Amino acid sequence: MTASIGHSSIVIAFIAALIGILSPLVAARSAGSRFRAVASYAILGQFIFVTLAAVALIYGLVSTDFSIKYVAFNTTRATPVYYRVTGLWGALEGSLLLWEWILIIFAGIVAWVYRQRHHEMMPWVIMIFSIVSAFFLGVIGFLSNPFETVFPIPLDGRGLNPLLEDANMMTHPPLLYTGFVGLTVPFAFAMAALIVGKLDDAWVVSTRRWTITAWFFLTAGNLVGAWWSYHVLGWGGYWAWDPVENAAFMPWLPATAFLHSIQVQERRRMLKVWNLALIIVAFSLTIFGTFLTRSGIISSIHAFSSGPVGGFFLGFLAFILLGSFGLLAYRADLLKEQPELDSMVSRESAFLLNNIVLVSALFTIFLGTIFPLISEAVAGTQVSVGAPYFNSVTVPLFLVLVFLMGVGPMIAWRRASWDNLRRNFLWPAAISLSFGLLLFVWKVKDFLPLLGFTLLAFVVSSILYDTALALRTRKRIAGEGILRGLISLTRRNQRRYGGLVVHLGVVLIMMGIAGSMTYSSEKDATLALNQTLDIGNYRVRFEGLQGSQQPTHFRVEGAFRVFHNGSDEGIVNPALKFFPTQQSPIGRAVHQSSLSEDIYLILSGFSEVNRNQATLKVLVRPLVIWMWIGGFVIAFGTIICLAPMGRLKPQAD
Amino acid sequence: MPVRRLIITLLIIAPILALLAYGFTRDAKYIKSPLLAKPATPFSVTLYDGKKVTLEDFRGKAVFLNFWASWCTPCRAEARDLEAAWQKVKDKNMIFLGVALQDLDDNAKTFLQEFNVSYPNGRDESGKIAVDYGTWGIPESFFIDPQGRITYKHVGAIRAALVLSKLDEAAKGIASAQEGRGDYEGAR
Repeated sequence: MTASIGHSSIVIAFIAALIGILSPLVAARSAGSRFRAVASYAILGQFIFVTLAAVALIYGLVSTDFSIKYVAFNTTRATPVYYRVTGLWGALEGSLLLWEWILIIFAGIVAWVYRQRHHEMMPWVIMIFSIVSAFFLGVIGFLSNPFETVFPIPLDGRGLNPLLEDANMMTHPPLLYTGFVGLTVPFAFAMAALIVGKLDDAWVVSTRRWTITAWFFLTAGNLVGAWWSYHVLGWGGYWAWDPVENAAFMPWLPATAFLHSIQVQERRRMLKVWNLALIIVAFSLTIFGTFLTRSGIISSIHAFSSGPVGGFFLGFLAFILLGSFGLLAYRADLLKEQPELDSMVSRESAFLLNNIVLVSALFTIFLGTIFPLISEAVAGTQVSVGAPYFNSVTVPLFLVLVFLMGVGPMIAWRRASWDNLRRNFLWPAAISLSFGLLLFVWKVKDFLPLLGFTLLAFVVSSILYDTALALRTRKRIAGEGILRGLISLTRRNQRRYGGLVVHLGVVLIMMGIAGSMTYSSEKDATLALNQTLDIGNYRVRFEGLQGSQQPTHFRVEGAFRVFHNGSDEGIVNPALKFFPTQQSPIGRAVHQSSLSEDIYLILSGFSEVNRNQATLKVLVRPLVIWMWIGGFVIAFGTIICLAPMGRLKPQAD
Repeated sequence: MPVRRLIITLLIIAPILALLAYGFTRDAKYIKSPLLAKPATPFSVTLYDGKKVTLEDFRGKAVFLNFWASWCTPCRAEARDLEAAWQKVKDKNMIFLGVALQDLDDNAKTFLQEFNVSYPNGRDESGKIAVDYGTWGIPESFFIDPQGRITYKHVGAIRAALVLSKLDEAAKGIASAQEGRGDYEGAR
């Protein structure tokens, strides 16, 4: 019953999507607004029926309706309700349904928000949404159907992969999907603008907030993924440059570039083709990411369930790339750019350089990700590209990016005068250089980290210095104190100050990455009872093992007492979980965080003969916590950008 | 001139798409086993009837070594074929040995009873044998010649006819150049 409701909803939604694709063609031929309304009803219909299908699948999962194959594969009777719901995105079919659901929610909001505006473009926007939606619905409805039934009905299900039984299952996939799907909005507007031939800034201005929203979800999704990897997987790392991770990260790069370069278009009417290309690339990469993870063409440590959908995703990717770039090439005459760069020392050129760096990073990561394919096609041998490649090519690029983050927001548009440069950058440069010198004298002797931390200090000091100058002006003009001044500055220019807060968040994340990449230490030891291991300022004492039978697995837990600079920090319990269906045990690492460093304990083995002996790996990773704090700062900055604050008239800057 | 731009666009995009399409013609997880025609790593295993055997004990016989688990569906699919093959060769100079991976003893014993398996079977207690033989999906089968050299490897369910012909080859010391494949279940 649930299965047939679900599946027929998908089919009906698919038909609605087809109508959505056709309606603007009709609307374009007839003057009547009646036909335009058809497009909106098509979106509404998709929204209702996709929601019905999603609710049906969730209901099936929660009520453990094992007649549905997807439910049987992704839950068991013992699965808590919490993980039954997350089973919606525990495997391929449900993930696609979630994707489609988010997509159509976005489409619905867009159709509603712009119901009175963009009369010419909206039918085409809806058509683009409907094309994407029809593709997903077609895949869900006819290829990898989440409502496929199974007979005889199994008594119990197989359940989620044990690694997915984690609280982050609730956040990481939906956040990332929301980020991916959110990029459809600017893409749809860009395509509509190209089709209609209205290539002024309207589509850019309308989609800016949507892009910021999508960007935020992409950032959050990737960060939560890193956090999950760090605290669950028990290898002490948060990023492995695995193809699947790269697939999630790659759209972030053109999206970030786009957010900066559209400012150049708004201000200076430049970079129109470039912006269209960026958003096409960003959107295509979201489809590419799904293609990569689900087709299995590149080997990954992430064991995703793949299905027969790879070929269809590739076909859709081809359609998107050829269609949108073809359209762009066709319309290029309308996109002749008027102004040119006045000077290399200007905000435009800083943003342009930022774009070049981001796109270079994208290119190198893309190349590294598909290199195994290239090498096999060309040389016939399999190779894998690992972290050393990615680190050595991306670190210099990201350092340039950090530098630009300090320069870009402060430098003048058009042509920065010597006076402007001196006023904005003299003090920040002096402060950060002396900070770097202090670091060098104190501890940091290696070039790259020293440069990194100095540049990060430069960004922070330039932001603080600029804000301080603005606050001084506010005090002079309106007599406002610091807090009042900050509020009124922000209300006058939300985007600017929100953006600066986001930059501070990025600085914190980079600081965490730089610290943990360069100054981590680790030690292995096999300890007898009450033996200790010293690492950095820490001492770890082994105080025994304990085994217990859990509902789904057998758990062996070690008790280790941690001392920091001699003071007792309590007992921590890293564990190994033995699942009967897994070849090797799954580790449960533990860590204690402080603002300066994390101590991270992994139980890597124990003696079956001698219960009083355990093998332990201990890592000390500096500054990691700042990555997560940076994530919250970015969230705060995004809210400043987007929140309705009763905008005041901006003061000229 | 839109046509020229369109052609340039196509020329950039097409190779990328072609490369990705090429990806379908290969299996990214497939790595050719380096074990073929190499000496089989020695191991010992405790059988479910309590006896302990080592691979050395079978020197001079053609050995069929099968990794399986009671929870693995393709293992069920091949179980009757294996037993049938065993019935045909058990009086010749050949031996079958089953090794269960990541399994609970009770489930494994029930499985053996269900399919009336009569050749020796034991459990890979530490998982070390599976690692030595580089198994990454089960069932996986190895054919070892009387000199203790691996002659053939099959990933996934195997049919009785193939077991018999490859055992004959093993008895004669003929090593295959390629491994075979059938239905399998990932174990990692």
